[in-house]
Amino acid sequence: MADIAATDAPAAALLPGKADKGTLRLHRAIMIGLAIALVIAPFVAYPVFVMKVLCFALFALAFNLLLGYGGLLSFGHAAYFGMASYVCAFTAKNWGLTPELAILLGTAVSAALGALFGALAIRRQGIYFAMITLALAQMVFFFSLQTPRFTGGEDGIQAVPRGRLFGLIDLSDDRTLYWLVAAIFMAGVIAIYRIIHSPFGQVCKAIRDNEPRAISLGYRANQYKLAVFVLSAMLAGLAGATKAIVFQLASLTDVYWTMSGEVVLMTLVGGLGTVFGPIVGAAVIVAMQNYLASLGSWVLVVQGVIFVICVMTFREGIVGVIAKKIGRPL
Amino acid sequence: MFELLGIPPQALFGQVLLGLINGSFYAILSLGLAVIFGLLNIINFSHGAQYMMGAFVAWMCLNYLGINYWAALLIAPLIVGATGIAIERLLLKRIAHVDHLYGLLLTFGLALIIQGLFRNSYGSSGLPYQIPAELRGGQNLGFMFLPYYRGWVVVASLVVCLATWFLIEKTKLGAYLRAATENPTLTQAFGINVPLLVTLTYGFGVALAGFAGVLAAPIYSVNPNMGADLIIVVFAVVVIGGMGSILGAIVTGFSLGLIEGLTKVFYPEGSATVIFIIMVLVLLVRPAGLFGRAA
Repeated sequence: MADIAATDAPAAALLPGKADKGTLRLHRAIMIGLAIALVIAPFVAYPVFVMKVLCFALFALAFNLLLGYGGLLSFGHAAYFGMASYVCAFTAKNWGLTPELAILLGTAVSAALGALFGALAIRRQGIYFAMITLALAQMVFFFSLQTPRFTGGEDGIQAVPRGRLFGLIDLSDDRTLYWLVAAIFMAGVIAIYRIIHSPFGQVCKAIRDNEPRAISLGYRANQYKLAVFVLSAMLAGLAGATKAIVFQLASLTDVYWTMSGEVVLMTLVGGLGTVFGPIVGAAVIVAMQNYLASLGSWVLVVQGVIFVICVMTFREGIVGVIAKKIGRPL
Repeated sequence: MFELLGIPPQALFGQVLLGLINGSFYAILSLGLAVIFGLLNIINFSHGAQYMMGAFVAWMCLNYLGINYWAALLIAPLIVGATGIAIERLLLKRIAHVDHLYGLLLTFGLALIIQGLFRNSYGSSGLPYQIPAELRGGQNLGFMFLPYYRGWVVVASLVVCLATWFLIEKTKLGAYLRAATENPTLTQAFGINVPLLVTLTYGFGVALAGFAGVLAAPIYSVNPNMGADLIIVVFAVVVIGGMGSILGAIVTGFSLGLIEGLTKVFYPEGSATVIFIIMVLVLLVRPAGLFGRAA
């Protein structure tokens, strides 16, 4: 019951298991294509928009690492995203840390938070797991709301300095900052790809598909689940911290539970348990929010409708459908 | 005037009463979730939105149609329950065969739609709903002042909770329901219309949320976000109680409301998080919840 991707037969059949040579070659080609797209992007699109997409794409990839490969649906990932964002913004602004240190510190705090919450949440499975992660995340939200000296309360932390990378390179220019964000994103993608295709990733998938069997084979399932949870929280934190530098802002929106819902939506639209799906999903949702911003609360309705349509008719997501067409896991 | 632990009794019992009222809502909502979960295996994420709908339907009844509170107490749950039946027939039924987490995601999407629609039509500032004339005022009990309406909320929700418990545990319909929860295929083989039972159960659970919404309307201002934060607290209540028993939902609902109220007296900063902290403690000691059976 815990494994959402595995019981959904058509998607599960295409989840990357032991990928054959052709598939690996295809993945490498996609990676190279992605890198080329990243180089071209700031010249054809507004860099801040692209950076926003990249931050959310990394967030969605981190979430998908947990759900698609660990079989764990966390409904509280905003906690790690938002907490890292606060820590990064606070240390960059009040302690004068350089951006790379602020981002690293934010990421580390998220990983620690993930270890703490993960250890609690993996005690239950499936729907309970989702509810527990959600409730724990709400605790972080209340903490953020009630400690205005740290978080700025309703105002958030504004005017975060972008600072100088390594104390040398001035990041105030969008184009310069873009290369840093693109590098972080690409590093995240490669890291997640490596995790998924490592022996560790294979064990995670085995646990996702059949936990009792994995345990009987001698794997300590809970340790693997916790490890993948921490990795996911850490990468979500990396995304959140980077976003704080890009927008020079950390606010309550980033820790509120609707943010957790948004990342689920991005992953669902792109394709649960696909390697590249969350990137596509994040791009679609962020673009939609940008173009529909004038509609106000209708965005909420539109998101809800997309959620319902995805669950009812489109469970494989965009990339999942493509993967099915070409008969290879993506 | 005597004091308890340095707190004036008026303030203490006032918060106890407030806690009991919040507890009433936790109890009805977690009860509805438990009933739905039992048969559909779905965590109804739109429960908070459906609670909000109950309050809004009561408000609309009064302001557009002149239907008073007492009639709304009956009509609003029926209307909200009917939307629930439509949702089950049109959507939930079709995803019953896939992983139950999809049910969570689907109802999450529905919650966004419902909240968004109400926010578009009514803004998010909140609308007032008058306490019905019969229940205005209150009684001074010496140690505290008891507003009649608040007393009524506690009594009404207790009655509804116990009636639900009776329906499920003591009647023939309840026996069918429990049988279908245990083994739907076998129950169907005995000639019981399980799909109909599932539809009615979802409708009933949703109607409970709607009923709680009407009760809440005169206490809190009626606004589109009223269910959104409440539902997460209710999730924590469900985790603490464990989804095993109907009585468990009722007992944990009321007692956690009470604990929250007492925290507000002695340590106000902790009142928003105390339920989540209890959840953490319970998870450490009894992962299946206080009343739950180990999976």
